[in-house]
Amino acid sequence: MQTPVSAPIEARDWLRRRSRWSPFEILFWLATLLPFIFFPTYLPLANQIAIAALFAISVDLILGYAGIVTLGHAMFFGLGAYFAGIISVHGWGEPISGLLMAGLFAGIIGYIISFLITRVQHLALIMVTLGLGFLTYELANALHWLTGGTDGLRGISTWPVFGQFRFDMWGYTAYGYALAVLFLCFLLSRRLVNSSFGLALRGIRENVKRMPAIGADHKSHLRLIYAISAAIAGLAGGLLAQTTNTVALDSLSFERSADVVVMLILGGTGRLYGAILGTFIFLVARDQLAGINPQYWYFGIGMLLMVVVLFMPKGILGFLARIVARAK
Amino acid sequence: MISQIAIVLFDGFAFGMLLFLLSVGLSVTLGMMNFINLAHGAFGMFGGYVAVTAMRQLGLPFLAALPLAFIAMALLSVIVERTLFRRLYRAGELNQVLFTIGAVFVSAAVATFVFGTVQQVIILPSWLRGSVEIGDVRFGVYRAFIILVALIVTALLVFGLERTRLGAQVRAAVDNQRMAQGLGLDVERVFAITFALGSGLAGLGGALAVEIVGLSPSFGFQMLVYVLIVVSVGGLGSITGSFVGAALLGIGDVAGKYFWPEIGSFLIYLMLVAILLVRPLGLFGKR
Amino acid sequence: MLRRTAVAAVLGLGLAWSAGAMAQETLKIGVILPYSGPFADAANQLQAGIDLYLAEHGNEVAGRTIELIKRDTGGPAPDVARRLAQELVVRDNVDIIAGFALTPEALGAAEIATEAKKLMVVMNAATSVVTEQSPYIVRTGVTIPQLNYSFGSWAYEQGIREAYTLVADYGPGIDAEASFAKGFTEAGGKIVGADRTPVANPDFSAYVQRVADAAPEAVYIFVPGGAQPAAIGKALADRGLSPPDIKVLAQGELTHPEALESMGETARGIITTFHYTLERDDAMNQAYVEAYTAANNGREPDLFSIGGYDGMHLIFEALEATEGDSSGDALIEAAKGMAWDSPRGPMSIDPETRDVVQTVYIREVQEVDGKMRNVILEEIPDVKDPLHGAAK
Repeated sequence: MQTPVSAPIEARDWLRRRSRWSPFEILFWLATLLPFIFFPTYLPLANQIAIAALFAISVDLILGYAGIVTLGHAMFFGLGAYFAGIISVHGWGEPISGLLMAGLFAGIIGYIISFLITRVQHLALIMVTLGLGFLTYELANALHWLTGGTDGLRGISTWPVFGQFRFDMWGYTAYGYALAVLFLCFLLSRRLVNSSFGLALRGIRENVKRMPAIGADHKSHLRLIYAISAAIAGLAGGLLAQTTNTVALDSLSFERSADVVVMLILGGTGRLYGAILGTFIFLVARDQLAGINPQYWYFGIGMLLMVVVLFMPKGILGFLARIVARAK
Repeated sequence: MISQIAIVLFDGFAFGMLLFLLSVGLSVTLGMMNFINLAHGAFGMFGGYVAVTAMRQLGLPFLAALPLAFIAMALLSVIVERTLFRRLYRAGELNQVLFTIGAVFVSAAVATFVFGTVQQVIILPSWLRGSVEIGDVRFGVYRAFIILVALIVTALLVFGLERTRLGAQVRAAVDNQRMAQGLGLDVERVFAITFALGSGLAGLGGALAVEIVGLSPSFGFQMLVYVLIVVSVGGLGSITGSFVGAALLGIGDVAGKYFWPEIGSFLIYLMLVAILLVRPLGLFGKR
Repeated sequence: MLRRTAVAAVLGLGLAWSAGAMAQETLKIGVILPYSGPFADAANQLQAGIDLYLAEHGNEVAGRTIELIKRDTGGPAPDVARRLAQELVVRDNVDIIAGFALTPEALGAAEIATEAKKLMVVMNAATSVVTEQSPYIVRTGVTIPQLNYSFGSWAYEQGIREAYTLVADYGPGIDAEASFAKGFTEAGGKIVGADRTPVANPDFSAYVQRVADAAPEAVYIFVPGGAQPAAIGKALADRGLSPPDIKVLAQGELTHPEALESMGETARGIITTFHYTLERDDAMNQAYVEAYTAANNGREPDLFSIGGYDGMHLIFEALEATEGDSSGDALIEAAKGMAWDSPRGPMSIDPETRDVVQTVYIREVQEVDGKMRNVILEEIPDVKDPLHGAAK
């Protein structure tokens, strides 16, 4: 992570250089295939991590790159999940088209909501997202004829992917499917943040007031990234519904909104890999700690968060990046 | 009809005052140091446990348990502030969020370990139970008591802020922290004292809340949302704002549930979003 | 192709592993509960019921040694419950999955029970449809319609003609409202008003005031356990809505021990319907309560505890019957129609629906030896869930 200070270079070249793939990245994505071979009994967990990581990436796009802090993003996750679930209950269980529709649906709602979001900043922004998240949750509870209310949606059945790969109990299909979607969305996000659009977003994050001064229409940028982020969150939710055949109110809950932000900060914001790494560490730590003691695992999680803040103020990935930079 | 409006106003106001006590400390500390303390609700929780333990194990009367909850939480917060939180004042807000959320997790685990998961019970003295009938309206005695305590606390806070040296320092620090520091004010010390007061009030609020909303290790999480709503609606750093905001939310919530029960669960969030879209700084916020 | 081979290899490995496990004669039970989060207390009580049964009966049955593997869902989280069930089956090779305090979690895991052909013992989740989700599910807790349908008709028989219902606005509350109203109106009663309170409601005063305005003959209440029973009980009393001025009817959570202690005198006369009564005068129950409180720091057992306790009993008996065969098919066959005497009273498993059949107790809060207690007014024996078979 070095920013060009001395030699003047073409912006296009700079962007291109930033978007080059490093060997670390290729290794990383190869490593995501390991569970298939070495940890097949952890595939359901891997599936859940992939979904949560996708959700965290969606939050990173707005929080890390555009400075929109949200405590209500589960709203879009849940909308996607319910959309995918409800169309399946009503007879359309084809996963890929269902998933795309779920993402589109969440994205459209996200675009509408973005007009409210861009009106406010700081604490008000956080609280408006929180309020909207709770309103959606309560709405889903109120519409229990459609959503199943607190009992959850019943009768979801997802057809095999490509008509070939049934969602098996081991989770091969589930993880493969979720991983593929995660990877594609990651490519898209990576392309996005390394484009001139991504650069404009970072400008907004660093100084909102200056952006209009240099002629950038920052609100329309924000609306667009918010809608994209909502769509990706909706895809993540849709994945959860399809790979587990369950959707309940917890997919819309404040806890889910808060957890994803915690995972993201833990990994490091403003770097897409931080979202994935943070999710991985949080969920694996939680799984392992809960395996040791199902009742007190959150003591360990709490300590983990506090220690990371005290010793790795830029998140775990920021910490690693600094070590790597120093070693060079 | 008038009697119904009276009772709704009364109940809503009492609930609002409970929220006020729980959240005023956070509003002031957030306004002064920009320190986002999501663990504020945990002080409320432990305050509740202190009161319950004092009454059940030590046999103290309720009126003695309340100040005890205040003092215990004020002391605890000084320790926490001096050893942990002060390292974070210059950390980014996201790190503050992460750290204090971690603290909520830890405190919930500690509460579970020490007190168990069971709902705690406070046995009120008989003079605080039941209701009095005025006209044809029945007012709950305990709710009246909450209102009384909150009004006394508000009076003390306002008086202290306007008339004492510490109050002037707090106001200066809230208005312009750097300037105050430049003029030789020890902002950290002022902050530590304010922090202790605010946490103590949360403890008091927690002790008073046991009778109304119960107490279990998830109290810190449950109340967090309400506290944040009051703080943002009232406006940062403003006692008046917290007071008015809490009263408005309490009355709006109860009145809304009474007149439109179908949308009861939506009301508090609708109010939150509506108020913030119109006044992003909250009702009395300055910045 | 690669995938197939991998599956085959892993399955082979898994089989070899489970064969090894058989040789050691251990029998693994995966317990899935919300040990942390807002429902941690329910999970704790249920686990304490399981532990008490194991403490009393040892952990060996039909030549198999019982091993529990506990897994936390952290709140109502059906996707997590499902994942844990998957992992328990494929990684830990459990023979039985059990627990399930919450309906959505039971629904989430049901598919896994079917696919893996494992016995699934639902120890609490109380929505009717749960047992219909898999042929391997058996329930040892209670269903909400079971308690409230007969309670509705009983209320009419007692001369109550008009009632107002006030229930928590979520699955169980809506079930309770519907089944009470059905029982009550079928007998000839009339529901004069119905309100639903938000589940996470910290303040009941507005709703209780609405009831007071309507001044009905009786009010029926359903709230989740925990803090809400005491809160609503006191809100009622503050409005003067206590017996004998108005009849207060409710499901048993309203008068659980902590709530009674908190409500004090104002609880007197509240009538509740429940399947487990702590105070029931019965030698087996008294021994159970005594052992339970001794093992749990004086904490008394509740509906979750008895669900866990009887769930373990069912597992033990079923294993005895199959002589240690732990296949899901054998166990579920053994469970069907099983009947036994529990601390809650006589109970059995309906061979058709695999659901619990038990006595429903109608109790009134009275003062006994200076303490408020639930005193049984009437016992309605062998109550089945009225919704099974009724829907389809």
